[in-house]
Amino acid sequence: MSDPTQARARGAWGPGFWAAFIGAGVALAIVVPALNLWVSPNSAVAVPDYIVPLLGKYLCFAILALSLDLIWGYAGILCLGQAAFFALGGYAMGMYLMRQIGARGVSQNPILPDFMVFLQYKELPWFWHGFNHFAWAALMILLVPGVFALVFGWLAFRSRVSGVYLSIITQAMTYALWLAFFRNDMGLGGNNGLTDYKDILGWDVHSPFTRLGLYLATVLGLGLAYLICRFVTKSKLGRVLLALRDAESRVRFLGYSVTNAKLLVFTLSAVLAGFAGALYVPQVGIINPSEFSPGNSIEVAIWVSVGGRGTLVGAVIGAIVVNLGKTWLTGAFPDSWLFVLGGLFVVSTLIFPRGIVGLFRQLRRPSPQQPTTMPVEEQA
Amino acid sequence: MVPRLARMLALAFALALTALPAWADDYETLVTSLGSDNFADKEKAITGLGTLGDARAVPVLQALSDDRLRTGPNNQVLIVAPNDPTKVTDAVTGKEVTGVAPDSLTRVIVNNRLRGNIEGALGGLTLFSPDRDTRLAAARDALKHPSVESVARLNKAITGETDSEVRAAIQKSLYAAQVVSGTKEQQLAAIANLANDTDPRIKSLLDEFAATPNLDPEVKKAADAAIASVNQRLQLIGIVANLFQGISLGSILLLAAIGLAITFGVMGVINMAHGEMIMVGAYVAYVVQELFRAYLPPGVIDGYLIVAVPVAFLFAGLLGVILERCLIRFLYGRALETLLATWGVSLVMQQAVRSIFGSPNKEVSNPSWMTGGFDPMGGFTVTWNRLYIIVFCFVVLGGLALILNRTTFGLQMRAVTQNREMARAMGIRTARVDALTFGLGSGIAGMAGVALSQIGNVSPNLGTIYIVDSFLVVVFGGVGNLMGTLVGALTLGIVNKVLEPVAGAVLGKVFVLVAIILFIQRRPRGLFALKGRMAET
Repeated sequence: MSDPTQARARGAWGPGFWAAFIGAGVALAIVVPALNLWVSPNSAVAVPDYIVPLLGKYLCFAILALSLDLIWGYAGILCLGQAAFFALGGYAMGMYLMRQIGARGVSQNPILPDFMVFLQYKELPWFWHGFNHFAWAALMILLVPGVFALVFGWLAFRSRVSGVYLSIITQAMTYALWLAFFRNDMGLGGNNGLTDYKDILGWDVHSPFTRLGLYLATVLGLGLAYLICRFVTKSKLGRVLLALRDAESRVRFLGYSVTNAKLLVFTLSAVLAGFAGALYVPQVGIINPSEFSPGNSIEVAIWVSVGGRGTLVGAVIGAIVVNLGKTWLTGAFPDSWLFVLGGLFVVSTLIFPRGIVGLFRQLRRPSPQQPTTMPVEEQA
Repeated sequence: MVPRLARMLALAFALALTALPAWADDYETLVTSLGSDNFADKEKAITGLGTLGDARAVPVLQALSDDRLRTGPNNQVLIVAPNDPTKVTDAVTGKEVTGVAPDSLTRVIVNNRLRGNIEGALGGLTLFSPDRDTRLAAARDALKHPSVESVARLNKAITGETDSEVRAAIQKSLYAAQVVSGTKEQQLAAIANLANDTDPRIKSLLDEFAATPNLDPEVKKAADAAIASVNQRLQLIGIVANLFQGISLGSILLLAAIGLAITFGVMGVINMAHGEMIMVGAYVAYVVQELFRAYLPPGVIDGYLIVAVPVAFLFAGLLGVILERCLIRFLYGRALETLLATWGVSLVMQQAVRSIFGSPNKEVSNPSWMTGGFDPMGGFTVTWNRLYIIVFCFVVLGGLALILNRTTFGLQMRAVTQNREMARAMGIRTARVDALTFGLGSGIAGMAGVALSQIGNVSPNLGTIYIVDSFLVVVFGGVGNLMGTLVGALTLGIVNKVLEPVAGAVLGKVFVLVAIILFIQRRPRGLFALKGRMAET
C-alpha cells in the first residue's frame, strides 16, 4: 500500500517520461535540421529555409504558452499580460541587436542606432548602456520581466487581488505598456520599434546557418523551460499551487503563505516569457509595440486552453496547432481567421474544457476522475 | 418782406449748393490726389478716404491695392476692370470711360507702406457697409491694427451703429486702439475695460503694450494689472474647459461601463463582448440614419436619433439575451472561462460587422439640433453633442436607478447580487434574472453606442477602444453599485483630462493606469465595495 502521491511523484521522472521527452527533442532538434540541410530541396519531405524560422517562432510561442500554463493551469492565475513580459524580453534582445549594428546603419553612427539619430538624440539614453555586451543583455532579458513581475505581483497578491480582478489588472498593465512604448520619448524606437538587425554574437542573422542555430537554441530553450515547469509542478510547491488554485482560503488557513507561493511562480513565469521573447526577436527580425497589444495576451490563453491547461505538454501542443492554423488560414482565407479564432475560444471553453490533451487521455482512460488535470475554479 | 424771404431762401439754397459740392469735392480731390506722384500726398489721400467714411472709396482703394489704378489725361483717375484690361471706369463718377487706349495710361505705384495704409482704410470703410456681417467682420478685424486713425473711424462708426453685437465688437476694437494711441486718461479707461476680456488677441496686445519702453508708470501699472486679471480669467476658463471635457469623457465612460458593472455585479461574469455591444449600437444608429435618408422625407431626418436609441437598446439587448442563453449560462461559476469565451464572441462579432459593412469608418452625422455649440464665458465652446450626451447619460443612470429600486425585477436583481443561493431559495427564478440582467446591460451598451456615434466615427473596433477603460471604471468604482460606477467614471474622466495638458495624452493615461493599480492596494474591491458576508466570496 504505497502513498499514491509519492507514487505519482516517482512516476513523473520515470523512464516513460524521459523516453517521450528525448524522442520529441530528437524529432525537433535533429530531424528538422537534417531535412533542411541534407535532403534535396525538390524532395517532398525537405524543409525549405523559410520554414526554419517559422518553426522557431512557433516554438517561442510554445515557451510563452508554457509560462502561462504554469500560472493559469496550476495556480489559477489567469494573467492577461503574459505577452507583455514576452515583449519586454524581446525588447532587451532587440536593444542588444541594435547595438551590434554599429556604424553599418543608414546614419553610420557607431554608437547611436538610426532612429535615435533621426530623433536627434545627442547621446545614448542611460538604460541603453551595457547592451553592447551579450552577457548584460542576457541578464536583462531575465531580470527586466522578472523584476517587473515581482513588483507587480507583490502589489497584486499582497492585497489579495485574484480571479477576474487580477485578469483585468494585468490587461490594464499591458495596455499601459502598449501606450508607453508607442511614445518616441521612451527611447525605444516608438511606433517602429527596433529592427534592421545585422548580426548576433558575430553571425549574420539573415544567413540560413544562423537561423538554424537560432532554431536549435529555441528547441533547447523549450526543452529547458519544459523541464523547469515540470520540476516546479511536481515539487511540493506545485502541490501547494494546486491546492491554492482549488481552495485559496483553506491553504491560507493551513498556514501556507499564499502570497509568496503565487509571487514565486508568477515571477518565474514572467522570466520564462521574457526568455521566449528574446529567442523570438532575432528570428522574426523586429520588435515593436504591437507585441504589447492587449489582444495578444488573451490569444496566449487560447493556445493553452486548446491544448489543455494544467498539463504543460498541452500548452506546447496548443501553441503550435493554433499558430499553424493561423499561418495557413490567414494565407488561404484571410477573412475567416477571426471567425475561427473566436470560435476556438467558445468551443474550447464550452465543449472541450480539457483541450486536446484531455481528449486523448479520455480516449485512453475513459474514467472522468482526474483531479490533477481538471482544474476546478473557485467560484469568484 | 418778399425780397427778404427770397434772399433768405436764395442764401439757404446757395449754402446747400455749396455744401453739397464741398462734400463731393472732398471725395473728388482725395481720389484725384491718389494719382499724385508724391507718396506723402498719396498717403494723405488714402487716410483721408478712410476717415471720410464714403463707401464709394472701397472699389477705388481695392483697385489701388491690386495695381489696377491708372491716371489718364487731365489727371483723370481711372480703374481697370480686374478681368478685362480694356474696360476702364472713372474712379470719381464710377461711369465707364470709352475710347481710352489702355497702354496710354500711367500706373499708380504703391509701396508696402501704402499697402498697409490701404488695408487699414479699407478695414475702416467696411465698417460703414450696409451689410451687418461685413460690418461685424470689419469691427473684429480692426482689432488687428489699432492706430490713431482707427480711433477716429471707430468713433464715427459706433455713433451710427444700431446692431448691439457689432457695437460691442467696435467698442472692443476702439478700446484696443485707445490703449495704443489715446491720451493717458483714455488709456487707463480702455485698459480697465479690457481687463475683463479673454480674447487671446487682447492679451497679446496688452503684453506687447506693457513691454513698450518709456511707458507712463501709472499706465504701465494698470496694464500689468490688466494682464494679470486676463491671465487669471484665462486660467479659470482653462479649468472650466478641462472640467467640462472631463465630465464629458466621464459620462461616456459611465455609459460604457454601467452595463458591465451590472452584469459583473449580478453574475460575477466579465463580458469581454461588452465593447462589441457598444459597437453594434453605433451601427444601429448608422443603419437607422441610412433608412431615414432612403425612405423618409428629408424634413424628418433629424428624428433618426430619437428612433435609433430604443432600436439600439432592443437590438443589443436581444443579442445579450441570446448570448446569455446560448453560451454564458453553461459557464456559470467559471468566471475566467467566461471571460475567454466572450472574448471569442467579441472577435466573431467584429469580423461579422467588418464583413457586412466593410472595414472603413462609417459616418453618422449629428442631427441639426446637436450640431454647433455655444460659448458660455468667452474662450471655450460647449458643443451641443457633448452636452446632450452628458444629459443622456444621467437620464439613463436615473432610469436604471428607478428600475433597480422601484420594480420587482430590480428587487430580484439586487437579491441575486447579494446572495444568489438565498434568492433562489426564496423563489426567485435566478436563470430568468440572469438573462434579463444580461439583456439590460447589453441594451445600455447599445445606447452608449448611439451616443458614441455622435462624437466620432463608427468602425468595427469601436468597442475595443473603450473596453479596458470601462473595466477600470468597474474595478475602481466597485461592483454592484451604481454610485460606485458614477463616481468611478467621472473621476477617471476628469483625472484623464486634467493630466492630459500636463503630461500629454498617452503619458496621462499611463499615470491613471498606474494610479488604479496602486489604488487597488488600499481597496481591492473598489471604492464602494459591497460589505458584509456576501462580499466574501
